[in-house]
Amino acid sequence: MQRETGTFTVKSGLAEMLKGGVIMDVTTAEQAKIAEDAGACAVMALERVPADIRKEGGVARMADPTKIEEIKAAVSVPVMAKARIGHFVEAQVLQALGVDYIDESEVLTPADEEYHIDKWAFTVPFVCGCRNLGEALRRIAEGAAMIRTKGEAGTGNVVEAVRHERALLSQIAECTQLRPEQHVTKAKELGAPVELVRMVAETGRLPVVNFSAGGIATPADAALMMQLGVDGVFVGSGIFKSEEPATMARAIVEATTHFQDPDVLAKVSHGLGEPMHGLEIETLQTRLQDRGW
Amino acid sequence: MKAGVLALQGDFREHAHVFAEAGATPVEVRLPADLDGVDCLAIPGGESTTIGKLARAYGLVDPIRERARAGMPILGTCAGMIVLAREVEGGEALFGLMDISVRRNAYGRQVDSFEADLDVRGIEHRVRGVFIRAPWIERIGDGVAVLAEFEGRPVVLEQGNLLATSFHPELVRETGLHEYLLRKA
Repeated sequence: MQRETGTFTVKSGLAEMLKGGVIMDVTTAEQAKIAEDAGACAVMALERVPADIRKEGGVARMADPTKIEEIKAAVSVPVMAKARIGHFVEAQVLQALGVDYIDESEVLTPADEEYHIDKWAFTVPFVCGCRNLGEALRRIAEGAAMIRTKGEAGTGNVVEAVRHERALLSQIAECTQLRPEQHVTKAKELGAPVELVRMVAETGRLPVVNFSAGGIATPADAALMMQLGVDGVFVGSGIFKSEEPATMARAIVEATTHFQDPDVLAKVSHGLGEPMHGLEIETLQTRLQDRGW
Repeated sequence: MKAGVLALQGDFREHAHVFAEAGATPVEVRLPADLDGVDCLAIPGGESTTIGKLARAYGLVDPIRERARAGMPILGTCAGMIVLAREVEGGEALFGLMDISVRRNAYGRQVDSFEADLDVRGIEHRVRGVFIRAPWIERIGDGVAVLAEFEGRPVVLEQGNLLATSFHPELVRETGLHEYLLRKA
């Protein structure tokens, strides 16, 4: 009758509880409260939202621990925080601060251009980004307990989120069509462990929860990703770069629950003010999605 | 038998799988009309604040209360237990049906989340309890029976047609509690 902490069931279990929900980027305790009041199932603490990182440039790092403490004190929903790719000491600090999930994120400036964090070494669970099945399974092999497609953060343009989710789903579907003798070659092609490829081939899904991120800016965007088959959505700049954050946040939460109901979607899409100003992908100087290996 | 699963947010799909494995037909409940013809209801794990806001916004609170008072069996796990409770420390009660007082996230933050084996009255095998930022029970009323304890605290409770757990049987495909609920229906 012993307690076992930090097991994979416990780590992936929290992601299971977030499903059907919206995780919102926040930079202050005040924003965290607005997100919680709107029905966010978790908040993501970071220093600047991706749209500002894109605009202001410079090295983007883990948020200030004081900010994270303030955000933790302000809300009762889980608090996530971002660490730089490969920056295992930022992750150690975030675990010591008692955050509920770490996002090893391409939105921040990578600290290592070869290796990601060994996520098995931590009690706190990790979520990681991916653009395709190979990336997803490599992150899971490193210990990620939740996957999000990357999209292109800070653009308010959902096209990359759609591209990545479609790529992931079609590669999963391909795996289910393979005969057993093809699994090793598929694993080699994907750059992923064969045990995970076998698991995907047998179950027709990732072994962990799959959210969408990077470009969701309206209730219709959120419902689009849900209808494509994701388990929930991250909204970064889309809330606090819109004209009326509280209204937009509530509408996106409702659209994520009622994603299959066009009547509800039409109702919640009324009177939201201006969504965030979006960017065309071709005009970008930096594509955050290319970070991660 | 039609088994409803409140599908506003959380791990409702897992509850639906467990109901299906137990021989019932799962029905996702998002709007009051979805409750028609449902014989029992599971309220899943998730964020109780999110589930509460969506239940209020879409007019589900009164219909679920009325069905519960008319005898419909309900199982609430984790967040589901919180929304069934009459009192929530530092928060607002939602359905207020079960005579218990709960404290949210009382077992700690995610780094303190854990799993452990449990003996549950009425279930012959050991049940694997997965506790994720779990709530604990501060007080139980006279009409509430304790079906399992962990470290001296109640973790499975029964009050007439209502069942509640601090942990997530649905995460490990444990069918015992859902079968128990279906027998009540």
